[in-house]
This record gives sequence, C-alpha cells and structure tokens, in this order.
Amino acid sequence: MSNIVVDKTKVPWWVSNVIVPLVNLSLALFVSGIFIFIAGENPIEAVKLIIFGSFGYIQGFAYTLYYTTNFIFTGLAFAVAFHCRLFNIGGEGQAYIGGLGVFLVAINLSFLPVPIVWLLAILGAILFGAAWAYIPAYLQSKRGSHVVITTIMFNFIASSLMIYLLVDVIRDTNQMAPHTVKLPEEIWLPSFEALSGVLGIKIRYSPLNLTFLLAIASLFFVWFLIWKTRWGYEMRAVGHNTQAAIYAGISPHKNIIIAMCISGGLAGLLGVNEILGVSHKIQAGFPAGYGFTGIAVALMGRNHPIGILPAAFLFGILYQGGSEVTFEMPNITRYMFVAVQGLIILFSGALENLFRPQIESFFVNRLNREVRS
Amino acid sequence: MVSPILELKNINKSFGHVHANKDINLTINKGTIHGIIGENGAGKSTLMSIVFGLYQANSGSIKVNGNEIKLRSPKDSIINGIGMVHQHFMLVENFTVLENIILGFEGETVFGEKLKKAKKDLKKLCETYNFNIDLDATISDLSVGFRQRVEILKSLYRGAEILILDEPTGVLTPQEVDELFKILRSLKDEGKTIVLITHKLIEIMDLTSEVSVMRQGEMVGHTRTENTNKEKLAEMMVGRSVLLRVDKPEVEKGETVFKVKDLTVKDDLDVIRVKNVNLEICSGEILGIAGVTGNGQTELLEALSGIRNVESGNIELFGETISQKDNYLNPRMLKEKGLAHVPEDRQRMGLVTDFKAYENLIFGYHDQEPYSKSSILNHKEIIEYSNKVMKEYDVRPSSPNLLTSNFSGGNQQKIILSRELNEKPKVLLVGQPTRGVDIGAIEFIHQRLIDMRNKGAAILVASVELEEVLSLSDRIIVMFDGKIVGEKINKNVTDRELGLLMAGVTE
Amino acid sequence: MEFVSDLASLINSTLRISTPLVFAAMAGIFAERSGVIDFSLEGKMLMAAFVAAVCSYYFGNPWIGLLMAIIVCVSLSMLHGFASVTHKGDQVVSCVAINILIIGLTTALAAAWFGQAGLTPTLTQEQRFLEVNLPFAENLRDIPIIGTIYSDILSGHYIFVYFAYISVPIVYWIVFKTSFGLRLRAVGENPSAVDTAGINVFAMRYKALAVNGILIAFAGAHLSTAVNANFFREMSAGRGYLALAAMIFGKWHPKTALIACLLFGFTDALQIRLQGVEIPTIGEIPVQLIQALPYILTVVLLAGFVGKAIAPNAIGQPYIKER
Repeated sequence: MSNIVVDKTKVPWWVSNVIVPLVNLSLALFVSGIFIFIAGENPIEAVKLIIFGSFGYIQGFAYTLYYTTNFIFTGLAFAVAFHCRLFNIGGEGQAYIGGLGVFLVAINLSFLPVPIVWLLAILGAILFGAAWAYIPAYLQSKRGSHVVITTIMFNFIASSLMIYLLVDVIRDTNQMAPHTVKLPEEIWLPSFEALSGVLGIKIRYSPLNLTFLLAIASLFFVWFLIWKTRWGYEMRAVGHNTQAAIYAGISPHKNIIIAMCISGGLAGLLGVNEILGVSHKIQAGFPAGYGFTGIAVALMGRNHPIGILPAAFLFGILYQGGSEVTFEMPNITRYMFVAVQGLIILFSGALENLFRPQIESFFVNRLNREVRS
Repeated sequence: MVSPILELKNINKSFGHVHANKDINLTINKGTIHGIIGENGAGKSTLMSIVFGLYQANSGSIKVNGNEIKLRSPKDSIINGIGMVHQHFMLVENFTVLENIILGFEGETVFGEKLKKAKKDLKKLCETYNFNIDLDATISDLSVGFRQRVEILKSLYRGAEILILDEPTGVLTPQEVDELFKILRSLKDEGKTIVLITHKLIEIMDLTSEVSVMRQGEMVGHTRTENTNKEKLAEMMVGRSVLLRVDKPEVEKGETVFKVKDLTVKDDLDVIRVKNVNLEICSGEILGIAGVTGNGQTELLEALSGIRNVESGNIELFGETISQKDNYLNPRMLKEKGLAHVPEDRQRMGLVTDFKAYENLIFGYHDQEPYSKSSILNHKEIIEYSNKVMKEYDVRPSSPNLLTSNFSGGNQQKIILSRELNEKPKVLLVGQPTRGVDIGAIEFIHQRLIDMRNKGAAILVASVELEEVLSLSDRIIVMFDGKIVGEKINKNVTDRELGLLMAGVTE
Repeated sequence: MEFVSDLASLINSTLRISTPLVFAAMAGIFAERSGVIDFSLEGKMLMAAFVAAVCSYYFGNPWIGLLMAIIVCVSLSMLHGFASVTHKGDQVVSCVAINILIIGLTTALAAAWFGQAGLTPTLTQEQRFLEVNLPFAENLRDIPIIGTIYSDILSGHYIFVYFAYISVPIVYWIVFKTSFGLRLRAVGENPSAVDTAGINVFAMRYKALAVNGILIAFAGAHLSTAVNANFFREMSAGRGYLALAAMIFGKWHPKTALIACLLFGFTDALQIRLQGVEIPTIGEIPVQLIQALPYILTVVLLAGFVGKAIAPNAIGQPYIKER
C-alpha cells in the first residue's frame, strides 16, 4: 500500500508493459530459486541447465518450440475470455475434447485429400473445444454460476469422459493401454524433422511440427479479432463496463457466449498439435497441464498476442529446460515448474501492482530530470 | 444560555484538484436545530463527513463542548457524541433493526444479557420519541421512512448529543416528512442538537432556529432563521451569476416530436421517483429541467433513453407511442429512430474509461458504416473521424489513441457529446452536461447544444446548475420531489423565482 | 441384517467422505461472508495435507502435524488477504495462483525430500490419527437399533469426523450468536455500514481469513494423517471446489452447506456400490460416469436449478474508503 501518486499520462508504455512485467517475473523467479534451494538443489546450476536444455542444441530448441506451440494456444484461449472478464480455467478440458474432435474427423474422413482433412480436423478441434466451453458460458450468463468453478468441474468431467471413451469405445483393441489406434501416416502433419529432411538437413526427432505455424497464425487471428473487429470491440466493452455496454446497445449475454466459445476453440487447437502432429493418436491425459500453464502465459503476456508469444516461448524454455533439470537433478521433478507457474501467476496477476507505483514514479522522475537538464 | 457545542475553525478539504471546503468557520449552538443550506457541490456533505470522522480535513480545528479533538474515524466522532444519518443509509439489508443498531456496540462477545438490555433500552427510546418500530423487523421489509428512523435510533443509542442529518427528506412522503419533523422537534426539546443539511428552504424556515449558507465550497452567510426569509436565503444559495450567457437567437419552434404522458418511474429500491410527469418538446427547442439532485431527474432521463423500466405512462417519439412497460428498454432501437442520450454519469454509463479515445468516439455506433464494414472495424475511417470531431469539439489533448481515463472530466464529456451530436440526432437527451467540466469547456458545450437546437433538434437538458438551465433553455420546467412544479418560458425569469421552485416553494 | 449393515456402512462412508468438505465449506463461509472470494480452498487443503503428513513424520506426532498445517494455512490465507484486501488485487486470480503454486510445490518438495514421485513416507500408527472407539462400543453393539447406531455408525470414526460435525453448530453459533459474527456478516453485506460504526473493515476481513485458514487445515490433515497414511500428489482431487459448490448451494449457511456436503459424500460413497450395477436397456453404468458424479452434481447445484443463491452483497469488491 503506497501513497505514491503517479501521473499516468507521463508513464511511457514500455515501462508499464515491459519493465513492470519483467520485474514481476524476476520476483517470481527469485522465489522459485528459493524453492529450488529448499528442495536441496543449487538454483544457479538449475538456471544453467535450463538455458542449455532449451537452447544448447537443435533438438532441445525444437522441443522448446513444440511446447511454445501448445502454450500459444492455451494462452490465447485464456486471454480471449479474459477480455470479457471471464476466467476460463477450463483450457485443459477444452483441449482434451478438442482433441477428440480432431481424431474423429481425421479417422473417419481420412479418404479425403490430405489438406482438406487437415482443415476439417482443425475445424473439428475448434467446434468440439467451443462446445465444451458453451455450457459454463451459458450458466455464467443466465444463472450467475461462476465460470471458474464450472470450467474446473468440466475439466474433471472431460477427464472422466475421455477415459471412458478411450477404455471402452475408441480404444485400439490390440493394446491394453488406453489410447486409440494411430491415424494413417498420410494425414500426419509433417514434423520439423521431416521438413528439414526434405531440405537435406538431418536432425534428430522432436515433436515440433507444422502446427507451430498454425499457432503463429492464431496469434494474428486473435489480435485481429479482439482489436480489429466489432465482436472483439463488444467483448472488451462488456468486459470493462457492462453497464455502459448496455447503454450502447451491446448484449452482454451474446458476448459472454462468443468469448467463451472462441476461447474453448483455441484451447481445442492444442489437439491438432498433439494428435495430428505428434502422437497421431489420442493418449489419455495428453493435455498434460498445458491448459493451466496457458493461464500463466496469458497473465504474463498481459492478455495480448504480442505479449503471449514471448511468454509462451519463455514457458517453452522453462518446460524444455526444466526437463533437462529434472533429468540431471534428482531432487527436482516437473512439479517444481508447476509451482513456478503458480508464482508467475501470483506476481504477474494478483500482485501485479506490488511495485508498480515505485517503478513508474522512478521512471517518470528520471525522464523529467533528463528533459530538464 | 446559548453555548456552542460544535465549533469548526478554518476547515479546508481538497480532493485532488477539487477544493471542496474552503476555510470554513461554523459554530453550532447546543440545543438548537441548525440548518446548512446550499446547492449541489456546495460542500455541505463533505463538511459534515469531516465532522463525522469519515474524512480528515487538510487543515483547521474542531472543538466539541469547548475541547479541541481530533476526529480520525467515525469511532472518535461517536465517542464524542456525534451521530450522522447519511443520505444513503448505512444499513445492512438482511439484518434486523436491532442487529443494525447494536452493530459495533454489542457490549458482549456472546449475545446474552446485554442484548436483552439493549432491546429494553431501545424499546424505551422508541416510546419516548414515538418511533413505533418493530425491533425484530428485517430492514428490507421496512419502508424508507422507517429505515430512516432506524438510522436516527442508531445514533441515539450510541449516545449522540449532536445529530447530523444529510438531506433526510429526499426519500420521504409528505406525511413521513411531518413525522420526521415531529421527532426532530422532540429531540431538540430533550436537549439534543440537530444539524440539518438540506437544499429545501421550507424545511429551514419550518424547523431551524439558525441557518448557515454554503456556496461553492465556502460559507457565505450565517443568520438566525427568524431574521431571514426564503427569498434572501435563495439569493445567498444561488448567488450572482459569473458565467456569460451564450447568444441564443430566436428560432421558430417546429412540431412536437417528443411527448411524455403521465410517466411514473421507480428507482432500484422500488421507490417512486418520477410521479405522473407530463412534458413535450418541439423541434428547434431546448427544454431545460431545473432541480436539485435527487428530485427524479436521473430516473426520468434513464427512462426516456430506454435504460430504465417505466412503471406506467407513455412516451411518444415522432407520434409513435413507444413505451409499454418492458418493450421500451432498447437503446439501439431508439438510436435508430434518431434519439441520442448523453448520460448523467459519464464514467459509469457513457464511456468505457479503459478504452482509447477513438474507441469511445464510436461507442454505440461501432457496428455501423463507415466505422465498420461487415463487422471489421475500419481503423483508418475511425481515426479520421476521431481527428475531425476531436478538433471540432476542442477535445484536449486531441489524440485519438490516448486512454480515455487520462482525459479530464470536461474533455471526457466533450468526447461523449461529440459522439452523440455527430449523429445529428433529432431528439437529444442530456443529463448534467457540464458536471465536473472546467469553465472554458462549459461555454463550448453550451454553444454546441444551441447550434443543434438552431438546426432543428429537440433537446432536453436536465441540470442542477441553475445558470446552465437559464443559459440554454427556451422553456424551463422545475422538478421537485418527482413532480413538475413549475413551467416558465425563459424570458425575464429570475434566479430567485426558479430557486424558490427548486426548493419546493410553489407559487 | 445384511441390509442394515450395508446401510450402516454407507452412512459411515458418507460421514467420513464428507468430513473434509464440511471443514472446507465452513472455512469458505468465513471468508466469503466477510466479502472475500475464496477459490483457493483446494490449494490450501492440499498444502495442509502435505504439511501435516511431513511434520507428523518428522516429529512423530500427528498433533504437531496438524498444528503446523494450521500455521501454514493461516499464512496462505493471510497472503490471499494481502493480495486482495490490502493490494486490492483480483481475488480470483490470487486464488488460481495459490492453487497452482501449491499443486506444484507440494509434489515437488515431496519428490525432492522423499524421492517417490510425490509420495511422503507412510506414517506409522503413532504418527497418524487412528479410528476412535467410543466408550462401551463393543458392549453395546448387540443391542438392536441403538446398539447398531452407537457402535457401528457413531463409534469408530477418525477424530476429524467428530470435529467436523461438531464444528458446524459451533460455526453457526459464532456467525449468528456472537458480536464477531454480526460484524463479519455486516462487512460482507455493507462495509460502509461497518465503517461508520467505527469498526475497521480490513481488520475484520483478516480475522475472517485467519479462521478460514484454521478450518481448512483440518480438512487437509484429515486426508493425509487420518484417512490415508501419507500425502500423495494432488490428493485433494477437487474437494475444495466441491466444498465451494456446497457452500454456494447452502446459501452460505453452515446448516444447509452441511446438507450439501453430505449429499456429495453420499454420492461418492455410492460410487463403489454402483459399480457393476445395470440399468435396464442402457446396460452397465460406466465407472467413469460414477466417478464424475460429484463434479456433475456441482455444476447442477451451481446452475441453480435448486434455487438461486445470492452471495453476500459486497463480495469480491475491495473496500475503498474515500470517494
């Protein structure tokens, strides 16, 4: 609680949108270092391993970009809903169901030309993901049921539903483990390895594949939707000031539904990456926490595609570098990085204004001094 | 015999740039009913909030019974025998009367003996002052008049010797007002001191023995009620005008385009705020509604612009009857018919302060050409339009990309005005057009409204600033207590006449 | 006779399974009644489970484990208070952050310290809470009806179960029969009314959060030092959210929240009994559907098909003094 008053117009955009988030991130990482220390390992060593694991060799970097792909989807998903003041914690479940959509389309329409299958599979991902977000959206708008709780419940329900389907309905009957048959090889999305092979470059396997380009495209799509279309405009109006939106003739209900469904659809695209691009089948639990990480990515990236891209990349580094750490340091498991996410959400979200007045006033004063002299 | 119980010396209070109380000196004598009168924004509520410990004065001193004390919080004030009945009641809706009164003064951790004693004591108090309240009733079941009694009882129970009431009669029926006055008189007879904040002259003349007048943050006069009259007080309240009147050429009035018949509107608490109002506006005319805040203008404008439900009555736009109880709530439809609305509460309703200026300049019209085509916003067109209107309406700074929250109140208002006027509406409803707007912008806004009227628009302006109403209107109606209490053509009307009507004194 | 013992078994399971939900719902009531959203019950319960298990192991005494869990949970509640009440941050984001942080931290530390992918060491008899047999339970068992109720249903539960059900009338009494409770409810409905009565709104909210921390700690300790003999990752399994739904459905009243918690417990207890059961024409109910029942039930309750719930008036809004 500070009594520092800052003239907001004099604060340069890069202070509010780059410096302050960086400071928040540093705080989170600092506390993470403490946790690593408590777990009995050297934080500095951990940082070195993270950097090596994610950049140090091509295969590692490819893995980093693969994770980034997933985080872009789930980060965008959370951000879109957030612009309408909705906390969509259901990315995990929406991704899972989206994956179901991808698989069902791909396995049943595999006779069509490959690019058509891809397009339809993407559509399937979006529709299924959106459908899974629809009920929580409707209940929030019409019944006031808080979307945080309902989407978390839908995560659990998705998990149960998918396990049921994988065990009883669409299981590969030649295997005992709960997963589906593999999709025919023709419709697999080309991997980075395969594409480089075409160019004559030989690299080792990584899950990075063409979906990465879809993720980049999604960044543009979301940017365009939220800031360049009438729907994005209305969503943001409802999110900022519902009363004023009504005055302007904008329907809160319509926009809540649209925001959540697009959000669910984006999360569903994760299924395209995992199923069409990596494992080529549905494996139980494939969303693997990416949905939750998306929340941290979005908050760190301040819910804007320009911020989400580097944030997703950072988390890609954390994940890939993190797996290097968990490999080399027996005391650290991947759950440590879940804790890091929590810290990032805490410092970038709930406590984002902790040091903002001090930082902003520092820069305003500094700049004034420079101008005067 | 008469001794001061409350003395305020050189009280100053500012909120940011707004100097709400300027060097106030005030002496309240024990055992009197002392009135504080003034228009909106005069600073009366701020002053009394300082006395009640809700705000801290920037400078100055307060003495109670001759002892200088620091009032850092309501607790300090309560200990010193000061109680306050606020304009918006400080009651917990789903608690009982008893629970509301003992809140903070329970006297015990577990409800037991003290609670029973409290109930007994309160029953006695009720009998003494003839309050007739059921202590076990839930607040949400009580009428507004009874809720106010609970507030008074609360202060008395906490040992108030000085009771401050802030605009107490705004929400009461005439009968309830009579009963309140009876209660206040008997309190005075018991030796309590009452401070009555009001804008209604009749209450001052009826109840008080001393009256202080505030205007624009200053204490401008103090007199014994017996030595003054309504006219003198009205003049002190309203003061001499400093603003220039804008040039208003004679314009031929057109047809009646907007008609309101027997309109009755309730507020969010289900209290009737607009009572059988009838009015008409012709094209090429500005109809001004004068009146102090809280007399129904807010609810009237909200009903007319389609944001609030209508209890009964009719609205006719270009001869077409629109309001049936629930069909009217359609701002979009009204916009299409050529009705625009500049709301009273610009931050809550008229703008999204987190949007950039250009985004607010298309607010409500964002899906229409040329701002958007097949749902895609045409950025270039929007910026071009924004630059044009921001220059035209002298919005400063004239950068469309600046966040709206960074504009001053006056410039925010200009943004809203430019947006609505640019659509060339045929009917324009405006609430408090220059509230929180600096002097330079006021003239500008007024000129724009007159320009619209010259071009044939029918304009309704509701304002608590009498100067503004006189400056703009062709015809003036005065609202008091939800009704229209007077209508005058704006030729040779005086402040005093209107001030009297605004204060509830009918001819 | 088999029916009776089946019924007794079902009731026992219900009471035991509902226990953490009851504690969590009571904790939620304190926080939310004072106007602070608490979606972090899940995370705090998990943290309490972890701390209780680890400390019981190290100190050899489950009561110390419980005490440490209480200290940690109260600290977490204070953190939430700091972010929401003092810094006026977004309360929902604060809760989501705490939940995710704790899922990660508990498993990470468990793995780091004990090396078993998130399991803490199994507690010995001395290190955990055992079932409590009420006096004369054995002797009275054979008395018809009363004996069954006393010996088979009431006796033989973990101590937390008794604590949980006793806590309900105590919470009711605190919230509705004391001045603390009166002020608590007032702060959540109309903080201005409390402010003008001379009471510090922020202090009230922090006190409510402290009670919240204590109660939720019991829920976690029950899971890891009574029902189970260790902590395993994500063992709270969504109970914190079920408790929230119970609280909302119960309109923030201890008694009705209790009923909702029992409903959840009952649904869960039915799970095992419903497996393998066939419905005519549909066939066997999938086990996953039964497992998903509590979550589906939560959504149904929140959808308000069984009555619309009105939250405390001032909930989620930071109190700002000067206009």
